[in-house]
Amino acid sequence: MNRLTNHWFMLTVVGKDRPGIVARVTAALYEGGCNLGEASMTRLGGNFTVMLMVQHDGDTASLTRLVATVTESLGLKLHVDKIAGDLYHHQEPDVRIAVFGADRAGIVAQVTGVLAEAGLDILDLQSNVAGSVDKPIYIMQIEGRALEGIPALESAVAVLDGKGIQVHLEPIDIMIG
Amino acid sequence: MAVLEILTYPDVRLERIAQPVERFDDALRAFIVDLEETMRAGPGGVGIAAPQVGRAERIVIVDVSSKPKIKHHGRLVLVNPEITHWEGFVVGREGCMSVPDYTGNVIRAERITLEAFDELGSALHYEFEGYEARAVQHEIDHLDGLLFLDRLVSRRNDLFRRKVYQKA
Repeated sequence: MNRLTNHWFMLTVVGKDRPGIVARVTAALYEGGCNLGEASMTRLGGNFTVMLMVQHDGDTASLTRLVATVTESLGLKLHVDKIAGDLYHHQEPDVRIAVFGADRAGIVAQVTGVLAEAGLDILDLQSNVAGSVDKPIYIMQIEGRALEGIPALESAVAVLDGKGIQVHLEPIDIMIG
Repeated sequence: MAVLEILTYPDVRLERIAQPVERFDDALRAFIVDLEETMRAGPGGVGIAAPQVGRAERIVIVDVSSKPKIKHHGRLVLVNPEITHWEGFVVGREGCMSVPDYTGNVIRAERITLEAFDELGSALHYEFEGYEARAVQHEIDHLDGLLFLDRLVSRRNDLFRRKVYQKA
């Protein structure tokens, strides 16, 4: 199947984690004649989550039918959307941002808000809640493009000083060899 | 002078172990001129290894002098290079002319010591650090049939990994 054809879908699956989910979902897709694109699959707080690009010759209903038996038997929620399959056009990040602080509501909104105003285009964001129940800490890693330069981002996050959030910016200098 | 064709993964010639150079002659030097021209023709390329153009010999070129504000030794031709000491580790982003449209994080030694020969056969000794050390390690991997894909680490977990760098 040509990966540049336009029959791409975003399949999202969420539910309680258990071993074997990836194998069973992808086997159903393979047996149904689908092709896989990029994917992000991870465990978030005990839940299995996947966002998976799937190339399929039918429509959202026929793709849903292909995997619904498996996801229902595993107790997972399934959602399918038609998307544009934009492969081979990776955008490269030029800045990595690590954020951590005592967990409280609003950290992500506060940090990404000032960064967005200073020209950050986020390409990837991952966060974890660690520590313990009585002393939780929030940890976030962002990779993105500093559209107005890294110094603009540095000035922007300076306003967060003294608010209990540590923000470290580091340029990503890609070595091409 | 000529810009040579760059092999791209999964060309099996990229997996060969390159052989040491034995004759430091005009043919070697002519090849090095072409290899350097090929490196400079690629966008942003700061290094190249002979196996990337299908020549299974232990020759690399590194030149990171275009990068601002880093320590470097200028243009380097390294024939039969051997890393004799590794120290520290650091995660950095790498791409490769042989692996288009993808970059990934790789753990490399922060500082290395290297013995090599120049294109005339004279012995060289260098100490590299940081970005330049990364470029040299990336290119020497090509001589051993390795791509950065062989050394990818997870963005999510390996930024914090405490690990002693080891050659594969």
